[in-house]
Amino acid sequence: MKDAATRDAYGQALVELGADDPRIVVLDAGVSDSSRSKKFGDKYPDRFFNMGIAEADMVCTAAGLATTGKIPFATGFACFLLGRTMDQILVSVAYSNTNVKLVGTHTGLAVGEDGPSAQMIVDMAYMRAMPNMIVVQPADWEETVQATRALIDYEGPAYFRLGRPKVKGIFDSSYKFEIGKGRVVKKGSDLVIFATGIMVQESLVAMEKLAKENINVTLVNISTIKPIDREIITELATSHGAVITAEDHNYIGGLGDAVGEVLLDQQISVPFKRVAVNDQFAETGTGPELFEKYGLSANHIAQAVKNTLKLK
Amino acid sequence: MANPNITELEKKALELRKLALKIIYQAGSGHPGGSFSATDLMTALYFGGIMNYDASNPKDPKRDRFLLSKGHASGIYYSVLAKAGYISESDLDSYRKINSERFLSGHGHPKTPGIEIASGSLGQGLSVAHGIALGTKLDGNDSKVYVILGDGELHEGQIWEAAMSADQFKTNNLIAIVDYNKVCQDNITKDLKDLEPLEDKWKAFNWDVHRIDGHNMEAIMNVLQLPLHPEKPRVIIADTIKGKGVSFMEGQTAWHGVAPSAEDYEKALKELV
Repeated sequence: MKDAATRDAYGQALVELGADDPRIVVLDAGVSDSSRSKKFGDKYPDRFFNMGIAEADMVCTAAGLATTGKIPFATGFACFLLGRTMDQILVSVAYSNTNVKLVGTHTGLAVGEDGPSAQMIVDMAYMRAMPNMIVVQPADWEETVQATRALIDYEGPAYFRLGRPKVKGIFDSSYKFEIGKGRVVKKGSDLVIFATGIMVQESLVAMEKLAKENINVTLVNISTIKPIDREIITELATSHGAVITAEDHNYIGGLGDAVGEVLLDQQISVPFKRVAVNDQFAETGTGPELFEKYGLSANHIAQAVKNTLKLK
Repeated sequence: MANPNITELEKKALELRKLALKIIYQAGSGHPGGSFSATDLMTALYFGGIMNYDASNPKDPKRDRFLLSKGHASGIYYSVLAKAGYISESDLDSYRKINSERFLSGHGHPKTPGIEIASGSLGQGLSVAHGIALGTKLDGNDSKVYVILGDGELHEGQIWEAAMSADQFKTNNLIAIVDYNKVCQDNITKDLKDLEPLEDKWKAFNWDVHRIDGHNMEAIMNVLQLPLHPEKPRVIIADTIKGKGVSFMEGQTAWHGVAPSAEDYEKALKELV
């Protein structure tokens, strides 16, 4: 198990997978050193297109490349990769159903000091709302590497949500990532947490605290936010009788809503709380400071678990 | 390549205008003005021996590509695709109608054979065409990629992002054609937001710039037969007339996005001879 940022795992995976697959091409919007796509560019310069600070042009260029049988990974800071290109993604990628992988790094409050204009907290809402689009957010190094490979095998538009800070290694090579499948990380009984991305690590810290108070919860890693794993949510929400979701994203439109929609559709009425950004812009500060102040830290998850259990 | 008979091409263009007007009239909605300004350019590309394509094998990797970035001119686009054999003329009856088997939507989509990418949002086609041109180069084939842009479309900033990119990557198999009909939906282009000096703009972006009369078939054929520039992408600024061929439509903002009445349709047909 390796402690590293998911963006680092992505950069490494591209280099390895690019060796045997000439269909893989990578585009970046002038931030390839930060997004780690530069590693691919250094190794395979002919298949790397740095489009400069021009995200709209990059997304449509990627769509054009896809029509020639290439598998383009259009990479950039999530804020601008998606924020500037909703129309381009809607028409040239989602509606045209081109095989473009949009890779947004530097997501959520975890970005830290660059401030709210660089902290992407609405991207899952944007992308979940688009027909034909899937949304994948890996939790650690191993899952990122496996998910990169899975996105190459998957034909169709996809959004890959990656993070800036180092996260703990959670899975070893026995882990099997599959698009659309949630995975139990730790088994308990009192309540189930559905977490995604960096919040899997944060939830594990919360669970250690809770275990000391004899509260044992189940943790499920939801790395495909769309299509969401309806079976695992239905089964574990019913068997545990209380649900928490945890995501570094606004509470509107992300994992919490995706899980809540399943509960509504299945008529499952259980205590349910969302740990997420409370529909507000944050501020500057380190990632951990922001997590504490804006309700995403392990402390907040532990408190949310206790509050939810009181409703059970 | 020997010039096909110019008179034959002009006849073909006339047929295509009649067909486009017919399907817009039948649909009761559509964009005749911008269809007619682009007709002669598209006639030359598809029927003048310029583009290498096989309608029975629309996904042939070695094909030349065509993109209509000003996707609202779908009336002429589907008419061309029918005459070229990608779809049948009877398919055109479903233009802009629900349950259209060939998905003949108001703006094109790749579900229709012969169409590469969806359109309808202006400003995207040049970037997509550039991506295709980069992809075919990677494959080592010499496909050319043609894209028709509207003049109003050049108001979109993304066009100039793509112009910069194609220069940077020296994508010389990319050929953009500006259908410079001088009229947008709201106003004449000059009064809405003037594009001039247009040749200088493209030259400043380091493109190989040509300017022609976009309704002179001989001039169109001559410029389309030029060998590729060794490194620059090419833009052909084609001076055109919105609604070309029907006197009461020519140069009129009002004919941007309306179908003719029965009376106007009959009147127009009398001129398209």
